Amino acid sequence: MSSDPIDLDRIVIVGASLAGLTAAATFRAQGWDGDLVVVEASATMPSDRPPLSKQVLAGTLEPAAAISALTDRIDGLDVDIRLDHRVAGAGFAADDLRLKFFNDHEITADGVVIATGSAARWPAGFLVETEDSTANEPKYRPRLAGVHVIRTLDDSLALKADLDSGPNRLVVIGAGFIGAEVAATARAAGVDVTMVEYAPLPLARVLGGMVGEFVADLHRDNGVDLRLGVGLDEIVEGAPGRVGAVTLTDGSRIDADVVVLGLGAAPELDWLGGSGLVVDNGVVCDETLWAGPGVVAAGDVASWVNTLFGERMRVEHWENAIEQGEAAAKRLLAAGEGSDGEPFASVPWFWSDQYDCKIQMAGRPAADDEIVLIDGDPADRRFAVAFRRGDRCTGVFAANRPRIAVVARMRMAESLDWSHVVP
Amino acid sequence: MKVVVDYDVCESNAICMGIAPEVFEVRDDDFLYLLDENPGEELRSKVEEAVRRCPKQAISIEED
Ligand SMILES: Cc1cc2nc3c(=O)[nH]c(=O)nc-3n(C[C@H](O)[C@H](O)[C@H](O)COP(=O)(O)OP(=O)(O)OC[C@H]3O[C@@H](n4cnc5c(N)ncnc54)[C@H](O)[C@@H]3O)c2cc1C
Ligand code: SF4
Repeated sequence: MSSDPIDLDRIVIVGASLAGLTAAATFRAQGWDGDLVVVEASATMPSDRPPLSKQVLAGTLEPAAAISALTDRIDGLDVDIRLDHRVAGAGFAADDLRLKFFNDHEITADGVVIATGSAARWPAGFLVETEDSTANEPKYRPRLAGVHVIRTLDDSLALKADLDSGPNRLVVIGAGFIGAEVAATARAAGVDVTMVEYAPLPLARVLGGMVGEFVADLHRDNGVDLRLGVGLDEIVEGAPGRVGAVTLTDGSRIDADVVVLGLGAAPELDWLGGSGLVVDNGVVCDETLWAGPGVVAAGDVASWVNTLFGERMRVEHWENAIEQGEAAAKRLLAAGEGSDGEPFASVPWFWSDQYDCKIQMAGRPAADDEIVLIDGDPADRRFAVAFRRGDRCTGVFAANRPRIAVVARMRMAESLDWSHVVP
Repeated sequence: MKVVVDYDVCESNAICMGIAPEVFEVRDDDFLYLLDENPGEELRSKVEEAVRRCPKQAISIEED
């Protein structure tokens, strides 16, 4: 099936981070020479994010290097980047794509790439409006100083400043990947750390028993006071305007002068209300990342049907933002030729660095999949497990076994058949 | 085209091997080996893809 070609004179990308800038570079690499605009909410250039909970926080990577790790992708290309341009609303009708800013200014486009990613979650009621917040453009800050999330370079530097000041104790709420990395980085800097996780084991929601036990042991062995099966009750004020303690759902109280909330991220979708697009835990796309006439989505914000797994998914991984940024740009250019493009099928891949452990995960396992040890021994911190569901391999988790992880991933890209991936 | 890896920043996560196994190999000892330092033009797009997807920006291409 093919459709009428879209006349692509101007393409607007929303979000100047990994997916958005990769899409921008792809348009140029494909030889498209129209008017290319990237609008970005942040007033300063975003940075590459993985170092924010690792090297930037540890002080081993300069902030400027974290920014150039991202911006090098569009170095020397003709791209009009407009910072401090948060899109407030959109209207996407066929042949009439509009983006609206908070000052009521509008721009139109022939094609749009949605790459607004995701934002860190805060507990309900913890954010208060700032002094310069207006009805038109609301702005928020945390109610107490010393309480952090990590999503942006500024977030990471603010936490680093608090950790550098020699705190008595850091409490990390949530033992997901980012929380666990912050705990590991803080331990390496000699900070006392308590990590609190509501589930009975870290990562239990996604990865199940053996892996969760491994991660729990890794942190305990490195001196983290790990509290499992309890949640955050309240963040308590100490010195005026500053956190002094947290209370937990089991009634206990932990004195803390720094708190990091690792409660996960939520896709940035508010601005799409009433736009005409379908939004449901992400921008709902077809298997080619097509969201609606002239509109594609990529990265953390995109929900699409991954034909390899036969499943709708949304993936919050670094490499996925690159792969989808490329694929979404090509999909839009295909529409310019009247073609319906090709499905974007992939094996999601993720890494995390904690202490001396390089963790890698490929695929899309579920917590109730069967876990099979395929290499090494968790006690040696060098092992790999595969996840099995019926005749399928749904994923692989490896600690300090990159070769095993990548070979499994290459096989999964060919077929998810268990006997093919784990011969 | 000459492929150069900065081994000081490479962390052997093998992403490049997944893209261009003809050029990059992470072996059982967890080190990255370049199988072909001067790959032919037919591998250019794969090597460029590896440059873009290396999380440490450790790979570069030098033209000869
Ligand atoms: C601390 C941290 C560590 C991480 N570590 C790893 C790791 O080790 N391995 C891994 O695989 N992944 C990791 N990730 C995940 C990875 O960084 C993300 O998947 C990736 O950044 C997603 O890129 P993106 O371009 O889709 O979205 P984002 O990076 O979220 O960028 C979206 C951009 O859109 C802008 N925006 C949002 N709303 C609007 C609007 N209305 N108008 C205009 N602009 C808007 C935002 O300001 C932002 O710049 C980490 C993430 C974080 C935060
Ligand atoms: S992708 Fe980069 S960091 Fe990973 S093994 Fe290859 S060169 Fe090294």
